[in-house]
Amino acid sequence: MTQRLNLTVDRIKCDGRGLCAELLPELIRLDDWGYPILAAGPIPEHLLPLAQRAVEDCPVLALAIRRAEAVKG
Amino acid sequence: MTRLHAPDAMSPLPRAGGELIDAIQWAGLVGRGGAGFSTAVKWRAVVERSRGQAVIVVNGAEGEPQSKKDRVLMSMRPHLVLDGAFLAARVLHARRVVLYIGERHDAARAAMLRALAERPDQDRRITSFVPAPARYVAGAEAAAVHMINEGVATPTNVPPYPFERGVDGAPTLVQNVETLAHVALIARTGMRPTTSLITMAGAVARPGVIEVEAGTTIGGAIERAGGAGSSSRAVLVGGYFGSWVDTQRGWDIPLDHAALRQHGLGLGCGVIGVLSHSRCPVCETAGIMRYLAGESSAQCGPCFFGLRALADACTRIAESGTNGQDLERLRRWTVDVSGRGACRHPDGAVMFLQSSLQVFADEFSRHPAHGLRRTA
Repeated sequence: MTQRLNLTVDRIKCDGRGLCAELLPELIRLDDWGYPILAAGPIPEHLLPLAQRAVEDCPVLALAIRRAEAVKG
Repeated sequence: MTRLHAPDAMSPLPRAGGELIDAIQWAGLVGRGGAGFSTAVKWRAVVERSRGQAVIVVNGAEGEPQSKKDRVLMSMRPHLVLDGAFLAARVLHARRVVLYIGERHDAARAAMLRALAERPDQDRRITSFVPAPARYVAGAEAAAVHMINEGVATPTNVPPYPFERGVDGAPTLVQNVETLAHVALIARTGMRPTTSLITMAGAVARPGVIEVEAGTTIGGAIERAGGAGSSSRAVLVGGYFGSWVDTQRGWDIPLDHAALRQHGLGLGCGVIGVLSHSRCPVCETAGIMRYLAGESSAQCGPCFFGLRALADACTRIAESGTNGQDLERLRRWTVDVSGRGACRHPDGAVMFLQSSLQVFADEFSRHPAHGLRRTA
C-alpha cells in the first residue's frame, strides 16, 4: 500500500498571506478573505515536490503535509 | 416527573467499576451538552489512557443564550450531578475533578458548592472550581480545557483531543452536567433514564425548563409550556446550532435523537425556540448570525471574517430588502466557511443559516426593506 499524504493547515496559525495558493494553485485556492481552501483527498504524486515547497515557504508555518490516517469526523 | 423535582440529598455512592460503562452503553446515553456524542465511547477513551491520572471536568458552562436547563439542574439537583461526577472519577481512576460553571450562573454555583461541602473528604479534596466565561464557545471541550489550564477560554487545535491530553496534560473527560445526572440515575436504578430536560424559549405562554418523558413530541412540549396558539411560524430545535422546522411539520415529531435525525433535526443542547408569525424570520436569522459572528473567538480567519460577512449579508437583506447578489453570497459563503475552523463554531453557525435559508426560502427571496429590528 502506498503512503497517502494530505495537505493540512493549522487554522489558528494561518494568517492568510496567500503564498501557498500562488505556489500550488492545483490544490489550493483562496476564499474571499484570503484564506486557503484545500482540495480534498491525498496529494497526487506528481505534485508532491510543489506541495513540499509550499509547506517550506509558508511564512507562519501553518501549512503541513501529514500521513493520511483513518480520519474521523 | 421524577428527576428534577425529586429531593436532592447526599447518599453513599453505589460501588462502580467498568460495568457502569457497559450499563451506560446499554442505556444508549449520549451527551446532553449539544454534540450528542456517545458517553460510553468517551468514557472508554479516557479509562484506557488514565493510569490514575485522569481529570473529570463537570461542564456547567451553559453558554447557549436561551438554554437554562443546566443551571436549573445544578440549582435543584446538585448532588445528583456530583454523584455522576464522582462515579466518573471512580470508574475512570481520576486524580482530579473540576467544576466548570458559568460565571453568571450564581444560584447554580452556590448550590453546587454547598452540595460539594457536604461530600466526603476524599471527594472534596480532589475537587476545584473554575468559573466559565460567559461566551458561546467557553463550553466547548477544548475551550474548557484551555480555560482550566491557562485561563483562556478559546478552543485549541485538535488533536490532541481532551481524552488524549487535556487538563494538566492528562486524559480528560469533559461531560455536561445533565449527562452526569443521567449516569448517576443509571448507576442508582439500573434503568434507562426516560426523561430529558428541555428549555422552552420564544413565543410560548410559559418559557422555561421542563422535563419531558421519552416520546414527547415538539407539539407536546409546546403545550406543556402553555402553548403557542396557531400563531407560530417555525420552531428552532437544538439552540443556535440547531435547525428550524415549520411548526406544523414539526408538531408530531418526538424529541428523541433517532426521530429527530430522520427529519434532519437534532436535540442539541435541548432548546426549543418558538417563532411567532408576528416576527420576521429574516430579521431573526440576521440577529442570531450577528450574535454568532460576535462570539467567534477570532482565532481562525474563515470563522472570524466569514461569519461576519454572512451576518452582514443577512443584515443587508433584513434592512434593505432582498437582493440577488447577497443571496448568492450567502449560498457560496456557507459552503466556503464550513469545516474551516479549529473548532466547530463556524460549522454550527453555517448549519443554522442553511436551515434558515431552506425553511424561510420564501421570506428570504422576497423580503421587503423594513429597517433593522433588534432580535434574538
